[in-house]
Order: sequence, then structure tokens, then C-alpha cells
Amino acid sequence: MYKFYGGVHPSASKILTLDRPIKRPYIPKKVVLPLLQNVGFPAEPVVKEDDTVSVGQVIAKPSGRMSSAIHATISGKVTKIEHSHTPAHSRVLSVTIEAQGDEDQDLNLKAPSDIDSLSKETFLDMIRDAGIVGLGGAMFPAHVKLSPPKTKPVDTVILNGSECEPYLTCDHRIMIEKSKELLKAVEIMVRILDAKHAYIAIEDNKLSAIYAMERALQTAKDKGYKTPVEVISLGTKYPQGAEKQVIKAVTNRVVPSGGLPADVGCVVFNVGTAYAIYEAVYLGKPLIERVVTITGPCVREPMNLWVRIGTRLEALASVFGGFVKEPKKVIIGGPMMGVAQYAMDIPITKGVGGVVFLSRDNIVESVESVCIRCGRCIEVCPMGLVPTTLMYQVKLENFTASGDLGIADCFECGACAYICPAKIPLLDYMKYGKSKVVVPV
Amino acid sequence: MAESLIVSIGPHIKDDLSTRKIMWAVTLSLVPAGAAGVFIFGIRALLIIILSVVSALATEALMLAMRRKDVTAVWDGSAVLTGLLLAYNLPPQVPAWLPIAGSFFAIAIGKQVFGGLGHNIFNPALVGRAFLMLSWPVYMTTWQNPRWKVDAVTSATPLVLYKSGGFGLLHHISKWDLFMGNRGGCIGEVCVIALLAGAAYLLIKKYISWHIPIVYILTIGALSWIFNGRSGLLTGDALFFVLSGGLILGAFFMATDYVTSPLSARGKIVFGIGCGLLTFIIRKFSGYPEGVCYAILMMNAAVPMIDKYTFPKWFGWRKA
Repeated sequence: MYKFYGGVHPSASKILTLDRPIKRPYIPKKVVLPLLQNVGFPAEPVVKEDDTVSVGQVIAKPSGRMSSAIHATISGKVTKIEHSHTPAHSRVLSVTIEAQGDEDQDLNLKAPSDIDSLSKETFLDMIRDAGIVGLGGAMFPAHVKLSPPKTKPVDTVILNGSECEPYLTCDHRIMIEKSKELLKAVEIMVRILDAKHAYIAIEDNKLSAIYAMERALQTAKDKGYKTPVEVISLGTKYPQGAEKQVIKAVTNRVVPSGGLPADVGCVVFNVGTAYAIYEAVYLGKPLIERVVTITGPCVREPMNLWVRIGTRLEALASVFGGFVKEPKKVIIGGPMMGVAQYAMDIPITKGVGGVVFLSRDNIVESVESVCIRCGRCIEVCPMGLVPTTLMYQVKLENFTASGDLGIADCFECGACAYICPAKIPLLDYMKYGKSKVVVPV
Repeated sequence: MAESLIVSIGPHIKDDLSTRKIMWAVTLSLVPAGAAGVFIFGIRALLIIILSVVSALATEALMLAMRRKDVTAVWDGSAVLTGLLLAYNLPPQVPAWLPIAGSFFAIAIGKQVFGGLGHNIFNPALVGRAFLMLSWPVYMTTWQNPRWKVDAVTSATPLVLYKSGGFGLLHHISKWDLFMGNRGGCIGEVCVIALLAGAAYLLIKKYISWHIPIVYILTIGALSWIFNGRSGLLTGDALFFVLSGGLILGAFFMATDYVTSPLSARGKIVFGIGCGLLTFIIRKFSGYPEGVCYAILMMNAAVPMIDKYTFPKWFGWRKA
């Protein structure tokens, strides 16, 4: 077990939902499906308003390699195709589907018959057609990750079960409840990539997940499972789950500045993505739902849920029993990197692992004071940057200087702003500075 | 409900550590050393401490008001800390106006002129001490023995004795005396065990890192061991030189001042070595018996340069 530099230890707060098995109680009456749910280009709609669609049907096809298909997540009628808001506060073309009440909501799946005889290309097609993107939040198309350029062969697959964000437990529950399926998914990935090693990396505060995965691995090996998989426990530290940090912690390889994991022969998948790949290959099921942790101190019944993509937050409220206190902040994602929402009509998209509701007492509204140069931001920056110096350069609008100091390598984990005793919103300055970075030609 | 939601950029949770909490924690960690000083030198030491702290607070409030800043910021603890540290650097028998003058200079010139908390280049308490040392050297070098000694007034500190006559004049002071504070010196510097208790608290709670104080003390110890021996190289009494001056107070509580020390761990190590080297040179080759104050001030001036060359290792960065 290796380490990465920096990091912070926020209170995990996972106890609220840790022991709640994933429930699947609910099919929404209305879904809003943004057509850009991946890194890259939006999908092109193949349905019109007033069309009738059935669950699992493709409603938008990829517009190129860096694009991903969108499927209807309920059966019903397309009522609107218009721009609407996503959890990331952007406005993209979205398809609204409303159930009319008499549709067949069952998913008719055609599972492939003989998995072992299928070729790599068939697997890649199945994964692409299922619209699978990175469910850890980045939403990078999975089929692109699985077909690296020939010049950059991948020898290591890492299944990322770090889940370092406080409150979230969706990956933890998947590892406990779907251990066998995850091993099958790893087998497929290793076959596609011809990889030599595979690791399932889990933070050591998730002992039940480590135990579940190790037991499943032992059982599978007894039955002739040959994939070279190893379960690895990592130190509990935020941001352990960040791609470059998890690669460093598992393999001790350092992804170069501006590079991709493939540059050091690695590919990293979130466990949720792996489960979606299992379902796509073994069940022929497109990505129409995902596990979401609904949690926070003011939620009446915090839980882990299978949620159809496109379900709006306000529709979910009936499932978790409403609130014991009035929520003042609604965060999609975790409390460190998640995005605060200004309305409850935002849909769950493929990258949303959790919704955290905070009441007034949980919200820190601190007044920014002057930097006292304590150096804590430097101690915690996982990229080895100098947030306080960058902050001053950004304030002075010295964007060349902040670029030279590596601001583009900041991946906005927020560790600096979390730790700052002067309560300087360092992440705000980083984001602004990044948007102004001058790329040398 | 929709109208009342709060939207902001993350992280949405924050560590509960604040500037104010750090300042008061450092102040708290200095209490044992001050209490020991009052016990050793008598109630007058308490008067000096109180005068110094109160005048530091008053100066801070006055300057904040003149600069049209929020005057309630005096309670952030930084002014109290400066006043306290200045008092700890004074002999117990100075006239009552001396700490007032020192605190005024420390806060007004040492800190607020530069822009207040976070902007000063030099440690304000040491600026105050340097000012007093230059202006009223006689008061600043008139020492007092612990109150249970027969010749209570006008004793010298161990380093003064060493400077004037080597170890011959020091046979009556044991290491145990140095450790417990049974010697002449400044109010806050004499009781090493109380200072170490405070330092341990700061280190355990991670309010300070070990880099500066440990490197500083080791540098002094090593240089003294190598060069300060009576019978040639490598025979010096390292422990004596570590315990006998203001080194413990300076290393743990003044060289570690966030604002005036380097940002990164590597920079802090360079800073500690520099402080140790300069302190040793001043002690050995200058007219002053003690050099902690000036050494830290000189290294404060070097901090921007140290910072520039000691940025941490940038993850994934390779030379093109």
C-alpha cells in the first residue's frame, strides 16, 4: 500500500446510510433526461414530442466517439424536448417523458447466450450501446476508457471503491451486495484490455466492503475464477478516490501533469460503473438507473436507493419520508465536491452518487479573513500546489503566474478550502483562476 | 422552499479550526511559562505581563480604528499573543513604562504599519524587543535572580556569565537549575519545563509543526557541541547552550509564528537551520551574549526568498 501526498480527514458521516440495503421501491411518473450526460458531445435525439417510448428504448444516439447514448428510463410519452437545468448548473437539451398510467413498465431484456465466446469488439459495442459513462461523477464514456490508443497499452485495471466523500455510501453498498457481479465485470474489463493486474481499491474504513469483496473473490477462485484480481485496502483520507491519487496509492505510479491514467498504463473505474458494465454484458440492460445515497441530518429516512436516471429531486422526497428539519442546502454529490442546488426540480443524472440535505445548523457560513500563512493548504493539496500563493496571484489577476504555478492541475477537491483556518474560499479562487489559465501555444 | 435554498461553491463542510482558535491556543500554551516566571521572579513579573498585554490590545484597537477596520478584530488573539511574547522577553525588573512602549512599537510599527495580521514581515514581539534593546539597553540587560536567592538584584543570565568568563563562573548553576528555571533571565524564558509543556500541547494539537523548532534546536546543539568546547572540537556542552538562553521560547513560540515563517515543510527546515546558524554566530562572535531575537528577525526577512525556492513537489510535474 502506497500513499499520496496531502489530503484531509473530514468527519465521514456515513453512519446514516451505511447499513441500509439498497432499495428499489419506486418508478417515477415523470423523468427529465438531459442529452449531455457524458464528457464530450451531447447525444442527438431520435424521438419527437408526443412519441410513445418504452423503458430501455434509445431516445438519443451518440453524436461521435466521445458521446454516449441516452435511453428512456420509464415507459410513457415524450412531452417536451427543450433546454433545462442539470445538476452542474448548465442548461442542455433534455427529453421529458411522462407515464400515462397504462404502460408496461417492465424491462424486456435480451441477455446474450454465450458470454465466453464473445469478442472484445462485441463487449465494447454492448458497453457503448448501453450508454455507460463513469458513475463516479466524471461521466467519462466507458467504451472510450476501455479502448486506449495502441501506443499506450494498459496493464492495470483499478476498481475504485474508495468513496472518500463524506456521507455517500452507494459504492460501499454495491460492493457488499454485488460482490460477485463486480468480479465478473472486472473479468470483462481485463479481457477487453488484455490487462495483467486488476485491483479493487477500498478505503480501510469500509471493512465490511473489503471483507465482502475478499470473500467473494475466494469463493470465485475456488470455482475456477482466473482473473488476477487483488483487493487492496487504502488509507482513509480525502481525496483518496480521485483518479490520480488512487493510481498513486495502488501502483505508486504518477500520472504526469496534463496526462491521462493510460499514460502510466492504468485505467480506473468506479464500482458503480463496473456494476453497470456487468448488467450491460450479462443482462443486456442499458444504464437506466443507478444507486443514489439520499442522506443528510434533516432527512427523515436516509437511504440508498436505485433511482431511475432523470428522476427529479422533488419526486424523490416522497420516498425518503420528507424532512425532520427544513433543508437549507441541497447538495448533489458529496459535501466536498458536490454542487449546491437552487431548486428541487433538478434531475438525477448518470454521475450523481448522492444527494445531501443540510439544515441551517449544518451549514458553515464563515467570514473570510486574511491569510495568516499557516501553510495548511499546502500540506493538504493532493497535487502539491500552493493554494495560498495561487489565491494571491488570482486576486491580482496574474493569470500567467498562476498558470506557471500549476493551477490547471487543480482538480477542485476543495481540501484547501476545507482546512483553511482563515476561511478563505480558496476553491472559488482556484476555479476562477483555472477558467482564466493561459494555455501556452 | 425553492427560494430559500443556499447556493455556494464547495466544500460545503469545513474544518472547525479558525485563526482565532489557533491564536488563543498558542496563548494558552504560554500560560505555564508565564506562571512559572511569576513564581520565580515575584509579583512584579505579573505586572509587566499585564501591562504589556493590555497596551498591545489598546494599540491594536487604536490602530484598527485609525485604519477604519473592524475594531472587534482585537479579540482574534493575535495582539494578546504579541503582548504576551514581548513581556516574556523582558527582564522582570524593567520600569513599568517599558512594556507599554515596547508593545506600542511592536503592534504599531511591527504589525499594523505593514497592513495588520497576516501582512507583517517581522515577528511583532521581536520587533518590540529589538526596539527596546536598542533604545534602553541598560534596562534590558539588568537582570534579577530568582526571589529565593540571597543577592536578588543585578545578577546575570547564564549566557552573560559564560560570555564574560567561560564556564568558570557557572559552577553554581546545574542543568537541573536551567531546566526548572532557577536562574536569572527574561520572565518567560527561564522555566524550560513549562515551555516544553506548552510546546508539546501545540505539537500534539498540530498547531505548530516540528520542523522549525526541532531543526533550530538541533542546529544550535550541534554547532555548540562542535565549536564551543574547552578542549577543542566536538567537546562542547550542547545541552547548556540549548537550555541557557531564550532558545526554547524562541524556537517553539516565536520562530514558528505562521505569518513570518516559510509556508512549506522544506522551507521551514531551511528557516530552522538559518535561525540556528545566525544565533550561534551572534552568540559566539558578537558583543551580545544572546542572539535568538536578532537571528529570527533576520531569517524573517529571508522568508519570501526561502518560499520561492522551497515550493512542495508538484504531483506529476516533469521537466520538459
